[in-house]
Amino acid sequence: MSALQKAIAIIASGACLAALLLPFATRTGAPAGIVEFPLAAAFLVAGLLSIARFRVPVSLWLDGVLAFAGAVVLLVSLSVIGKAEAGFWFALVAAWAFSWLLVERLSHAIGRGVVLNTLGLVIPLMFGASILVIWEAATRAGGVPPILLPAPSLIWARIVSSLPTLWADFQQTFLKAVLAGYFIGCGAGFLVAIAIDRSPFLKRGLLPLGNFVSALPIVGVAPILVMWFGFDWPSKAAVVVVMTFFPMLVNTVAGLNAAGGMERDMMRTYAAGYWQTLFKLRLPAAAPFIFNALKINSTLALIGAIVAEFFGTPIVGMGFRISTEVGRMNVDMVWAEIAVAALAGSLFYGVVVLIERAVTFWHPSVRGGRA
Amino acid sequence: MGKALRDGNTLPVLIVLGVLVVFWYLAAIWLNAPWQFGVYERAGTTGWGWTDFVRDTWSQERPVLPSPHQVMIELWNTTAAMAPTSKRSLVYHGWVTLSATLLGFVLGTALGILLAVLIVHNRATDRSLMPWIIASQTIPILAIAPMIVIISYNVLTGKNPLAEMLHLDADAARLVSKALISTYLSFFPVVVGMVKGFRSPEQIQLDLMHTYNASASQTFWKLRFPIALPYLFTSMKVAVAASLVGAIVGELPTGAVAGLGARLLGGSYYGQTIQIWSALFAAAILAGVLVIAVGVVERLVTERMGARPA
Repeated sequence: MSALQKAIAIIASGACLAALLLPFATRTGAPAGIVEFPLAAAFLVAGLLSIARFRVPVSLWLDGVLAFAGAVVLLVSLSVIGKAEAGFWFALVAAWAFSWLLVERLSHAIGRGVVLNTLGLVIPLMFGASILVIWEAATRAGGVPPILLPAPSLIWARIVSSLPTLWADFQQTFLKAVLAGYFIGCGAGFLVAIAIDRSPFLKRGLLPLGNFVSALPIVGVAPILVMWFGFDWPSKAAVVVVMTFFPMLVNTVAGLNAAGGMERDMMRTYAAGYWQTLFKLRLPAAAPFIFNALKINSTLALIGAIVAEFFGTPIVGMGFRISTEVGRMNVDMVWAEIAVAALAGSLFYGVVVLIERAVTFWHPSVRGGRA
Repeated sequence: MGKALRDGNTLPVLIVLGVLVVFWYLAAIWLNAPWQFGVYERAGTTGWGWTDFVRDTWSQERPVLPSPHQVMIELWNTTAAMAPTSKRSLVYHGWVTLSATLLGFVLGTALGILLAVLIVHNRATDRSLMPWIIASQTIPILAIAPMIVIISYNVLTGKNPLAEMLHLDADAARLVSKALISTYLSFFPVVVGMVKGFRSPEQIQLDLMHTYNASASQTFWKLRFPIALPYLFTSMKVAVAASLVGAIVGELPTGAVAGLGARLLGGSYYGQTIQIWSALFAAAILAGVLVIAVGVVERLVTERMGARPA
């Protein structure tokens, strides 16, 4: 055991002991001890006993079981405890420490080659799950007003109950504005890059400007474009076009210069024309750069469309919903929109990554080498 | 001088800029023409000449597209020709935005470096945090910035232990809540860049530190940190621009009365296009100045550390 693992193990078992000794909750005004919650007590006793790891080896999966049991027990007890007291919070700390211990030991085991590498996927999932559990437990047991931060279960309930609204907003913002703007903006950036690539003068003149514009708060043009193109989705698509154009332009121009001199010379010895060189050598060599821009743009596009809706929309759309529901203090609906946006953003990004892996299969970062 | 002009980027950039300005003037005539026709019709003016027409489209009160000189005059009037304390001064609004930007940038850079240190030194942190850090950026945080600003403002000024501990007045709370958005946007490039930077020492250099019996902290301060500095500055240039965007968007629909974002929103509500464009230019100038400032600090630091000028 490393020093860190020892420290976490002591924290975990110590928190179990503290949770057993301190008042666990307050029910109907009277303090309720741990004996009234047999399941939680069982978890805490098992956690306390795990201190035996200093004498006998304890499997790392046992820590995983403890963490899982602790999370389940605490979530179940959320509905029966009235107000959480110190004992509850120590139990939460204990469950979290066990999950950390599992993660710590698992990554060491993977490093030593004892455990399969694919199990490494468990680690980020554990992290996400612990955040959700702590969020749920802290907001509900801590009595955080749902107006500030609703519990994940509340948000989920809201998502399920207002699917039609969410779908309409998604259609308006994502399927219309984002996708149209993304394709037009990326396509235009790509074509302009190929056009100016033939002229060294334009390249020298436009590239520094493009780089500069990429650093600007372009989202600020949203009010102007909403004024020009009206309230419906075309104005949002226009914002997306402006936001995605420059990253694509700059990256494509850089990518077109990525092919080495040797390969270019070879194309020349083949007597390849400009277009042949472009399609057979330079565009494939530029693909990693182009996909870099496509990935950056996938997030930018969603942001641009949603922010543009703050400046005026018909009564549908994710940005519209977010800004009006904030005003009406329906924060759970706002979080539901955020969840949809995050999911859409991640999926969009994931799809671009999948296409990238298929197209640039030859690149070291895809072949398994370290980029 | 002549050679620098011919071979450098200056001349092409200037020419492209000049072409853009010409296009802008032409576009202003074209876009403002319908309104101008309407004005002439209502006033009953007939027999107007082309020169009058062009001059009028370039000097409307609320043009669809203001001409460049209108924007420049507005910029001049609201900065140099006005007391910086005035509520209409862009210097005042720029400062409100800049303070949130800088606070968020400093917090974000510190957080980014801290996370990168944890990630480099602990494998469990690397495996559990890194995927979520990347996923965090696919969330359109800017889109929910207004809500985060409202919530954190309410938390910071409400009745709770945190607010009582910090004791912020309304302005400071508004500043901090905007800076949170900037922090969220600016920590990401720093984490990614610094993880790469901290891992850039070669094995042979790490081995040397090992033979010196250097502790982890000595290896960090004498090898990893200096070698990661170029990565830090590159990421900071990206981070400071992102931080400015965060501060501006954080000012949008929160009922904020000050800041460049509030100027944008106000201009859009009242159709004051010249005000929107001048706020936009002020933001662009601010972004340029911030990126250049980071570059200057970079040059000073690398020179001081004895690096060869690139």
